[in-house]
Amino acid sequence: MHITLKVWRQKNQQDRGHFETYQLDQVNEDMSFLEMFDVLNDQLIREGKDPVAFDHDCREGICGMCSMYINGRPHGPLKGTTTCQLHMRHFKDGDTIVVEPWRAAAFPVIKDLVVDRSAFDRIMQAGGFISVNTGSAPDANAIPVEKDKADAAFAAAACIGCGACVAACKNSSAMLFVSAKIAQLALLPQGQPERKTRVLNMIAQMDKEGFGSCSNIGSCEAECPKEIPITFIAKANREYLQAMLAPDLPE
Amino acid sequence: MELDAKIPQGTLSDKWKHYKDTVKLVSPANKRRLDLIIVGTGLAGASAAASLAELGYHVKVFCFQDSPRRAHSIAAQGGINAAKNYQNDGDSVFRLFYDTIKGGDYRSREANVYRLAEVSTAIIDHCVALGVPFAREYGGLLANRSFGGVQVQRTFYAAGQTGQQLLLGAYSAMQRQVALGNVEVFARHEMMDLVIIDGKARGIIARNLVTGELERHGAHAVLLASGGYGNVFYLSTNAMGSNVTAAWKAHKRGAYFANPCFTQIHPTCIPVSGDYQSKLTLMSESLRNDGRVWVPKKKDDPRKPTEIPEDERDYFLERRYPAFGNLVPRDVASRAAKERCDAGFGVGPSKMAVYLDFRSAMERYGHAEAHRLGIADASEAKILELGKQIIAEKYGNLFEMYERITGENPYETPMRIYPAVHYTMGGLWVDYELMTTIPGLYALGECNFSDHGANRLGASALMQGLADGFFVIPYTIGNYLADEIRTPKISTDHPAFAEAEHRVKEQIDRLMSIQGKETVDYFHRHLGKIMWDKCGMSRNAQGLQEAISEIRALREEFWKNVRIPGTADSLNPELEKAGRVADFLELAELICIDALHRNESCGAHFREEYQTPDGEALRDDEHFAYVAAWEYRDGKEYTLHQEPLHFEVVHPTQRSYK
Ligand SMILES: Cc1cc2nc3c(=O)[nH]c(=O)nc-3n(C[C@H](O)[C@H](O)[C@H](O)COP(=O)(O)OP(=O)(O)OC[C@H]3O[C@@H](n4cnc5c(N)ncnc54)[C@H](O)[C@@H]3O)c2cc1C
Ligand code: FES
Repeated sequence: MHITLKVWRQKNQQDRGHFETYQLDQVNEDMSFLEMFDVLNDQLIREGKDPVAFDHDCREGICGMCSMYINGRPHGPLKGTTTCQLHMRHFKDGDTIVVEPWRAAAFPVIKDLVVDRSAFDRIMQAGGFISVNTGSAPDANAIPVEKDKADAAFAAAACIGCGACVAACKNSSAMLFVSAKIAQLALLPQGQPERKTRVLNMIAQMDKEGFGSCSNIGSCEAECPKEIPITFIAKANREYLQAMLAPDLPE
Repeated sequence: MELDAKIPQGTLSDKWKHYKDTVKLVSPANKRRLDLIIVGTGLAGASAAASLAELGYHVKVFCFQDSPRRAHSIAAQGGINAAKNYQNDGDSVFRLFYDTIKGGDYRSREANVYRLAEVSTAIIDHCVALGVPFAREYGGLLANRSFGGVQVQRTFYAAGQTGQQLLLGAYSAMQRQVALGNVEVFARHEMMDLVIIDGKARGIIARNLVTGELERHGAHAVLLASGGYGNVFYLSTNAMGSNVTAAWKAHKRGAYFANPCFTQIHPTCIPVSGDYQSKLTLMSESLRNDGRVWVPKKKDDPRKPTEIPEDERDYFLERRYPAFGNLVPRDVASRAAKERCDAGFGVGPSKMAVYLDFRSAMERYGHAEAHRLGIADASEAKILELGKQIIAEKYGNLFEMYERITGENPYETPMRIYPAVHYTMGGLWVDYELMTTIPGLYALGECNFSDHGANRLGASALMQGLADGFFVIPYTIGNYLADEIRTPKISTDHPAFAEAEHRVKEQIDRLMSIQGKETVDYFHRHLGKIMWDKCGMSRNAQGLQEAISEIRALREEFWKNVRIPGTADSLNPELEKAGRVADFLELAELICIDALHRNESCGAHFREEYQTPDGEALRDDEHFAYVAAWEYRDGKEYTLHQEPLHFEVVHPTQRSYK
């Protein structure tokens, strides 16, 4: 099929950036969206032009590296799907597709479609862990965890840290990402000792990184490729309030 | 050089204990003065960074992705083994050890494998403590399943996302150390070369992938945890960026490369669909717990799989290997699938695929669920629906992934699968302490050759990566560093750094100056095709000789005709790929040389000339019971060093899964 691509081109962080239009004649419907970009880049290199820079690695929807804003939606039109897992059979012959990078003050563009998401790592450093040193753990079955809670913790932990939630949000809030980690660890018995400091520190770091505040619109949930539910945000808010109101009281 | 594996004295089960009791220690005050470099943030690198920093060492870690959480380990699906015997089904440290030695077709070191089995249990304890949400039973305790080549249930899992959950656990432990100031992370950095001073590894040259700058980093020891080299085949289940550069550069500086031809072809992957294809997607081995592999008994059967009745199906794994059935090891399952397809029984448009069918499992689970829920006479549809729910809980994300890629719903119709390159057992030679032949240079995880012999069992790579990082290196590195406490901070002004940096710069300038006609991918694809056709699932002497000359010719053409756009002083993914492909083009030749020299079949290395009458691998223990460790000479020739393998506890026999 024939596809027209309008792609955001930006040399570096300082450059203002602009769209360029490309025509692709032989797009196969079994191709993934990124494979279509491989074909585009092959074409550009052969024409002596600069290929489009984009992030990707696993191409299996799990590493969270790919990050394209496709026709106004992070990761494109398909629910619960990363860009790398989006296949061209979901587009039609003759379509024009607009592709941009994630746009958020806390995710500066490095080049073309590549952005800097290191803010997420710094939020994790602020508290997204359980402080236990190697070698000191009790037997794994010494602490039973109710299956429901374990399953819920797993659902939260399925976040791939891609940043689509931020890109989807008109306030560029990172609350879905942050709340998923807070919820995962708050649901597990292992996460209890640091439960309060964790939520306070992670939220403080999130604010410091320049992410906007959450106004409960829900675009993040709608666009999350792993379908992380917004109920985790409510949970994180409760955790936050509790920690603020009674930082020293036991649960 | 005489290869000394430094295997401790004593009986097999006492070796590691004895080693730990007597190994040299470094005091906390001295640890704070010692710098370590770790290349890689997968399970091996992240766990090593966390545990070494906890001990007090100062650690710098490097990865080429934008965040350490995205290392390729994140993609591991099915599970991690440990000899917990929580299922009361007869598992033990010895059995895990035995299964691994046998699964590896008697080409690994007993002492290493025993240690791996021993520390496996502590890995699960630690990961649970880190908050890894493993699957659990209704009673709240951990659930298990089976993987190929074993008859117990010892695999721990988190749906089909076990690697993700384990890596996020190790990553968060490492991030905690970043916050404490003990670890510094260099993301979007690629190690380009190793720096050696007075015979010891003392640092690396890294390229900042955003600015293109070359940076010098010094340390008292360097640990490579840079993953496997499966992408030498172009199409593989590995992530796009997985590469051999760090290990290969170390090899060129003197680290021996062991058993490079032991490359694992995984039986259950989504078949290739077109020329544009950039990678292959694995369907986890855990699916073979419940999926049955079959082809039609009739050639070119035009019917849909669901229309072919039971007695016209050939469940060829169950037929050939009744004792292990669908759960035979990967090498065996892959060859059996290839055999059926080569004989003309393959299915799908390319005829290069077999079915993986979940219908019986859905029925079985459905019955059990109906019983549990007290539904007396459930209809067939109800049973299937209940069964489907159980299957979805176990493998939901894999089924979705399959449907997304192929457009077919595997709950309704069997999956079509075919073998694909997946894992590399070969890698840098290391001794019992995980040290390479360069003093102060260690290799951990998939980038070393250590524990899996000629074939790795499923769910054992995650175990090995975390064993190396959490529980082995924190002990063994002390033995080296204890003698380094008087060594001051490594200065990057040393001429060895300047020399290495110059070498890197020269290679980059050379690549940028060619400005030929073909893209990097063009060469990579070609290389992959040569390797798959002539050094893939089966190999023969003539094919390997042809492959070697074709690789040489391709390499020559690459250096004359590759075209890299852009500049070297900015983000340039084509330049990154070019450097990696340049190294693959060298490694590929060594893989073929190794495959050609090993005149036997063992594990994943199947030489057509050496097989039993019924098509099984025919080992030659008299001549080849050794690790082949290759020394780099000039890029044309390699010197072979043999490390003989002594089997004191397990006696090699013909591996049988019948
Ligand atoms: C699809 C898939 C599924 C799998 N499922 C399972 C499973 O269920 N169970 C199991 O046991 N095993 C599984 N495996 C195998 C297992 O995932 C890997 O063997 C293991 O994760 C490798 O871990 P590692 O830490 O050695 O390296 P990796 O996770 O590959 O990490 C390599 C690291 O090195 C860095 N790096 C590489 N080169 C450089 C360089 N030059 N400079 C800087 N950094 C560099 C990368 O950035 C990365 O951080 C699977 C593999 C695949 C492909
Ligand atoms: S490339 Fe890994 S999630 Fe898309």
